[in-house]
Amino acid sequence: MAAQERKLPAPAISQETQAYWDAAGKGKLLVRKCTGCGQAHHYPRTICPFCFSDKTEWIEASGKGTIYSYSVMRRAPVPYAMAYVTLAEGPRMVTNIVDCDFDKLKCEQAVKLVFKPTDPTKASNSRS
Amino acid sequence: MSIKGKAYIAGIYEHPTRLAKDISLAQIHAQCAKGALEDAGLTKDDVDGYFCAGDAPGLGPMSMVEYMGLKPRHVDSTDTGGSSYVLHVGHAAEAIAAGKCKVALITLAGRPRAEGMATGTVPRSRGGTPTPDEPFEFPYGPTVVNMYAMCAMRHMHEFGTTSEQLAWIKVAASHHAQYNPHALLKDVVTVEEVVNSPMISDPLHRLDCCVITDGGGAIVVVAPEIAAKLKRPKVKLIGAGEFVKTQMGGKVDLTYSGARVSGAAAFAEAGVKPADIKYASIYDSFTITVLMQLEDLGFCEKGKGGAFVADGNLIAGTGKLPFNTDGGGLCSNHPGNRGGLTKVLEAVRQLRGEAHPAVQVKNCNLAVAHGTGGSLGLRHGSATVILERE
Repeated sequence: MAAQERKLPAPAISQETQAYWDAAGKGKLLVRKCTGCGQAHHYPRTICPFCFSDKTEWIEASGKGTIYSYSVMRRAPVPYAMAYVTLAEGPRMVTNIVDCDFDKLKCEQAVKLVFKPTDPTKASNSRS
Repeated sequence: MSIKGKAYIAGIYEHPTRLAKDISLAQIHAQCAKGALEDAGLTKDDVDGYFCAGDAPGLGPMSMVEYMGLKPRHVDSTDTGGSSYVLHVGHAAEAIAAGKCKVALITLAGRPRAEGMATGTVPRSRGGTPTPDEPFEFPYGPTVVNMYAMCAMRHMHEFGTTSEQLAWIKVAASHHAQYNPHALLKDVVTVEEVVNSPMISDPLHRLDCCVITDGGGAIVVVAPEIAAKLKRPKVKLIGAGEFVKTQMGGKVDLTYSGARVSGAAAFAEAGVKPADIKYASIYDSFTITVLMQLEDLGFCEKGKGGAFVADGNLIAGTGKLPFNTDGGGLCSNHPGNRGGLTKVLEAVRQLRGEAHPAVQVKNCNLAVAHGTGGSLGLRHGSATVILERE
């Protein structure tokens, strides 16, 4: 089954992560990295969840990663592939696998970063 | 301080309904409370501790305290999703041991069927101020099913677990449900029927998923001196553990659950081993949930859950570890999409010798009840209790 385009609800952006979404709008994936312990984490926080240092900064991700796990949601108006992808920078993030043949997905498969527009009329912080 | 032997489960009640079109949410809570107190031989006025979670209407415990006319001197509305009520049993014992209450009432109710809720297959936001995680997850479409499915997919990848092995969990639950007159699904199913049911989200089929039901239940936890005066068989709490497992800042590991921590704590407090357990109530939102928790509680090695659950090993009378003998969430009841409370109920029935004769475990003197709440694939609460017949 080939992936089809679908409408993604827009994220509810907080003050803490405005820069992340601004970058995403320009086609860049940011990762938050701690200069105290040297580890990158996701989702991004101001205070490092590993060492609790507040010396964290944005780095730009390479856009390379591998599929940690995935599941094709068949029972949806437009089927889609949920996934955790392990970024080359370390953290695993919740995402979708797109522009692919769903039936050929595998754990540990290499993937690359691509952005898809969200639908601002479908805000994610509304009840559904 | 340990809670071992400091509290007893004196009363239980499971609402018989599975579709509550004409009953209000508060009414179900109160009917369950009444049933559990009558089962114990206590009255509403004996209750001095009240425990509920996010399914209760209103802010924390306050609306239900008012509705039921309670006067608790101790309340706790810790919400860890479906595991809340297993956790509440432990918290009730802590409160009793600390002298904060003597008769603790725990209630659960829900009406997702009557309300037509798309429980498992539609992404849901809590509304209001978004949680910090939500913007990084919700746009991608996480549902209950697909996040648990990712755990199953990774388990299959790392350990070679198969859909047929997962199916045995549903098969065992269906064998038990045929004897439960209140079970939503009473038909015995085969491995073939499970793996040939429609794929919902790879690799979980429709029959890998629990039922969606209305209903509820209640538990009464009491101090030893209260239990000594009651006529019901005595079920003693000897161990409890809880944990919250998360994505760990991006170091996500989908192959294990919080049961690894909550289970170890409960077993250590009880001073018993998984091999000593005669009956296990295991949270069964999906087949994979059961398999991972059995591994994490120590009933088998990590990665060997598939072999452990296969060939009827969980079926009462024939298998080595009878589980969810009421049919569990997979076949009988998952009230309000929160299945932890009913796990405690069937464990108490087994220890009292009051399970259906066809599934009653002989000489059942030691049982575990375990709950997982939230999402196994995102973040979840985990709670384990170990109960002993005295």
